[in-house]
Amino acid sequence: MAQISRRTLIKGAGALATAAMIGKPALAADKIKIGFILLGPIGDYGWTWAHNKGREAIDAALGDKVETIYTENVAEDASAVGAIRDLCNAGCKLVFTTSYGYMDQTIQVAGEFPDVKFEHCTGFKRADNVATYNSKFHEGRAVLGTIAGKMSKSGTLGYLGSYKVPEVVLGVNAFALAAQKQNPAATVKLVLIDSWFDPPKEAAATETLVNLGCDIVTTHTDSPGPLQILEQKGLFGFGQGADMSQFAPTAHLTAIEDIWGPYYVARAQAIVDGKWASSDTWDGFKEGTVVIAPYNASVPADVVALADGVQAGYKAGTYNIFTGPIYDQAGTLKVKEGEVMADADLAAIDWFVKGVESTS
Amino acid sequence: MSLDAIITFAITYGIPAIITIVGLTTPILLAGLGELVAEKSGVLNLGVEGMMLVGAISGFGVTVITGSPWLGILGAAAGGGLASMLFAVLVLQLNSNQVATGLALTIFGTGLSSLLGLSFTGRIIAPFLSAFPASVAKDPVLKLLFGYSPIVYFALIMVPVVYWFLKYTRAGLILRAVGENDHSAHSIGYSVVAVRYAAIAFGGAMAGIGGAYFSMVITPMWAEKMTAGRGWIALALVVFAGWRTGRLLAGAYFFGFLMWLELFAKANGFGTSLPFLQSIPSQFWAAMPYLMTVIALSFISSRGTAGSNAPACLGKPFLPST
Amino acid sequence: MRLKLEKRREPSMVMLVATPIASVILTMIIGVVVFDLMGINGFQAVKDIFLTPILASYKWQDVAVKAAPLVIIALGLSLGNRAQVWNIGAEGQYIIGALCAAGVAIAFGQTGGFFVVVLMIAASIIGGAAWAAIPAMLRTRYSVNEILSSLMLTYVAAQVLGYLIGGPWKDPNGRNFPATAPLLDSQSLPILFPGTTIHLGVLIALILPFAFWLLMSRAVFGYQVRVVGSSPNAARHGGFDTRNTIWATMMIGGAMAGLAGSLEFSGVLHKIDLGFASGYGFTAIIVSFLGRLNPIGCLIAGIVLAVTFVGGQVAQTTVHIPNSTAGIFQAMMLFFILASDILVRYRVRLIPSTKPIAAGE
Repeated sequence: MAQISRRTLIKGAGALATAAMIGKPALAADKIKIGFILLGPIGDYGWTWAHNKGREAIDAALGDKVETIYTENVAEDASAVGAIRDLCNAGCKLVFTTSYGYMDQTIQVAGEFPDVKFEHCTGFKRADNVATYNSKFHEGRAVLGTIAGKMSKSGTLGYLGSYKVPEVVLGVNAFALAAQKQNPAATVKLVLIDSWFDPPKEAAATETLVNLGCDIVTTHTDSPGPLQILEQKGLFGFGQGADMSQFAPTAHLTAIEDIWGPYYVARAQAIVDGKWASSDTWDGFKEGTVVIAPYNASVPADVVALADGVQAGYKAGTYNIFTGPIYDQAGTLKVKEGEVMADADLAAIDWFVKGVESTS
Repeated sequence: MSLDAIITFAITYGIPAIITIVGLTTPILLAGLGELVAEKSGVLNLGVEGMMLVGAISGFGVTVITGSPWLGILGAAAGGGLASMLFAVLVLQLNSNQVATGLALTIFGTGLSSLLGLSFTGRIIAPFLSAFPASVAKDPVLKLLFGYSPIVYFALIMVPVVYWFLKYTRAGLILRAVGENDHSAHSIGYSVVAVRYAAIAFGGAMAGIGGAYFSMVITPMWAEKMTAGRGWIALALVVFAGWRTGRLLAGAYFFGFLMWLELFAKANGFGTSLPFLQSIPSQFWAAMPYLMTVIALSFISSRGTAGSNAPACLGKPFLPST
Repeated sequence: MRLKLEKRREPSMVMLVATPIASVILTMIIGVVVFDLMGINGFQAVKDIFLTPILASYKWQDVAVKAAPLVIIALGLSLGNRAQVWNIGAEGQYIIGALCAAGVAIAFGQTGGFFVVVLMIAASIIGGAAWAAIPAMLRTRYSVNEILSSLMLTYVAAQVLGYLIGGPWKDPNGRNFPATAPLLDSQSLPILFPGTTIHLGVLIALILPFAFWLLMSRAVFGYQVRVVGSSPNAARHGGFDTRNTIWATMMIGGAMAGLAGSLEFSGVLHKIDLGFASGYGFTAIIVSFLGRLNPIGCLIAGIVLAVTFVGGQVAQTTVHIPNSTAGIFQAMMLFFILASDILVRYRVRLIPSTKPIAAGE
């Protein structure tokens, strides 16, 4: 315990930085350290929980060669710079910054520590020692939309989102397009609550959507609150980010799970092998980053077959929900018949498809 | 539109909307009532958000452990009350600044509830729902009357109770006297400190139950910071109400209505019939409850119909020996 | 035995210095014990929270950058707090200030330089003051309580931010994420020490307390604020106008909050996104009282709070205490400092219970 990691005098932002000041006692001299900056508490059963599972996957796969450390509840503001720098000063060779709001902070610290490699989640700014990675959550949304379109009796679906950011817009569009393949008349009522986490507001918004005729509501915020409301009302919904069936055993039809483990293990292995290089990764079903949780027993067999078909299509590369013709809310043709939207366009999308009802 | 159509419309859309509004309003009404009593005794406790969070985890934790939501409610009241005692000792015994101590209580309550909640994350309980058997609240109209959690009825009952207590009981008179002029109350022989202790404890217990409404009724689970700032709304409500009980009830439901209106507007509830509303940015709807509260209070105050009933000693320490 | 308090004629200078230090030490001792009971290395945790930010030179910049907005906002709020004008909405004024600075930067496009930076700062001061002028106007004209109006306007400001960065001010090259375009270097605040994050705003935060101290101790205005706060009636007899004091203290509070917003924007973040508002406006209220409404006190209190914020994050990384635990220790320190306030203003005497209670009067 007494042995202090002495990667002394790491040049930290001009000032002489002594890792010994905050250095965690090294457990084994030659284990490579990998750090994680996490947005929420690791017990949030959502975004951060999933990233922490990915961290644990590294421990499980490479525990003899690497050691992982993390900092949770890191705000997406200037204080993130200090938190990222701490991990570098503690001797990390690879640092995962796991939320969009750490983008510029990651680039800044990466400039100060050219020998440390960084992996930034959901951003788009890269450097020689900064890679970016993201998950095609919208592929999962296409599966949920397929189930919802087929199972909804009213044809009116609810979508509870956080902010108008490309990830949410993509999710809404994929969900709506997939539902319309099953029921051309299906509409999606969208409520953006201006927060990623506000259980009472999420609950009230879910109730409001239900009152307006939605019999299936999907959520793009982080709490299981909406599912609990749907459970009480005898209606249906989906888990977000993790299997949330424990919160709503009946209402929870399935969930999109974010599985970061395979990517994290691969990148950690690259560091161990000395073969890490900056890259931009956007994985989905095919790579196992997006996974659909077990279906509820109440999902009929034909719906399961359709949903599995979408997954299989993505894995085989034969299915893409963003295949034209696609019209926007005003009815303008945005993607021509047979054309497929490019990833670059998807990543910056800011318009909703036809059938989505929303305020501007 | 025929009468039948109007009734059908009201039953299909109106009643569910009211039920949602009741859910949005109840926690801020409970916390607001508690803070009203505390402030009437001359104490400004800005720690409502912290006390609500402690109440939320206490109520949830006790329910998980004992399996009884009724004990959970008691636990929530005890948790909020105990948290408020920290504040009370500091401001009453040691004359610390009330604004700063209240804010510190919010930081403390946020941290403590998160720590206590670590072992309860991911656990669930049955929602503490209907006070009446399901058979009573079967059709929509009966549901409107009998379909709520016992906490909702408790909050509604507490409104006249607090009104009656402050206005007609001897204890209420003493409490108001202490808040209006602590030195004269002291010289008559009342214990200013004891009265304020009781008022703060009541405020804490009510905030605790208000917090438990989140963790036991709306979304029966524990999550860090799950009250999402409603404690601040409760504080604002007391001011909005001009420290009057009846107006607190009206104000709480006014605010609940506006919060619902935001969600209803966003869910395109009237965008289909009034298309121009669709072009209004969603941030306008989100800002509206706060904006309307300020405008409404300005309107009320400027007409002078019901002036503020603020206790004269609000926020000031009581220093008997000087 | 019973405790008796006697008010001091002058606040005790010894206690003024000794009590906060004693509070911090007491918090540290309790921290070691409690953390050890929780199965965490208590010594290491407490050392990281309270000492690492002070002892490790590379942490100084984090403390300085974190303290700067707290100190600046607290300075402005202290005037209002002295006059019993409760501005709870500094957070909103901070947001509006930053937005005004961003508006200037966007209007100038690719043009930068000293003139633009000064204009951005001026705009933020005016914007923050203007946002605070709404509660001041409502209070003086319609007797609307400023606690309510300033707090509600903070929520409104957050929505104004959301609208602007997601709509008209959205970065055209930002892949449609709601955020303003990054500031040009020539529109940003200069960095004082190359290679660090210490920007010009830190220097401003160091100078302003002394300017405020002069204002409060020398100028008539400082006297007026104190008189209005302690006794509105006396103030009226003295010829001071309560309305003017409300206006002045609210506007200065808003101006300072707005200034802090633009310094954070142009010195640290260089863009405004959804995470821009991070609670400085609320924390600064505590800083103001911890600093006993004294400008120099605000400077010290701001640094102390910044140390615990920075240290709390260090301890999270090193000994894995949850973020929430760090918050509890911050609150505990605040409680101790607030509680010990009494020793500054009062002399505590132990009186043997055999004596008649009235004897001391």
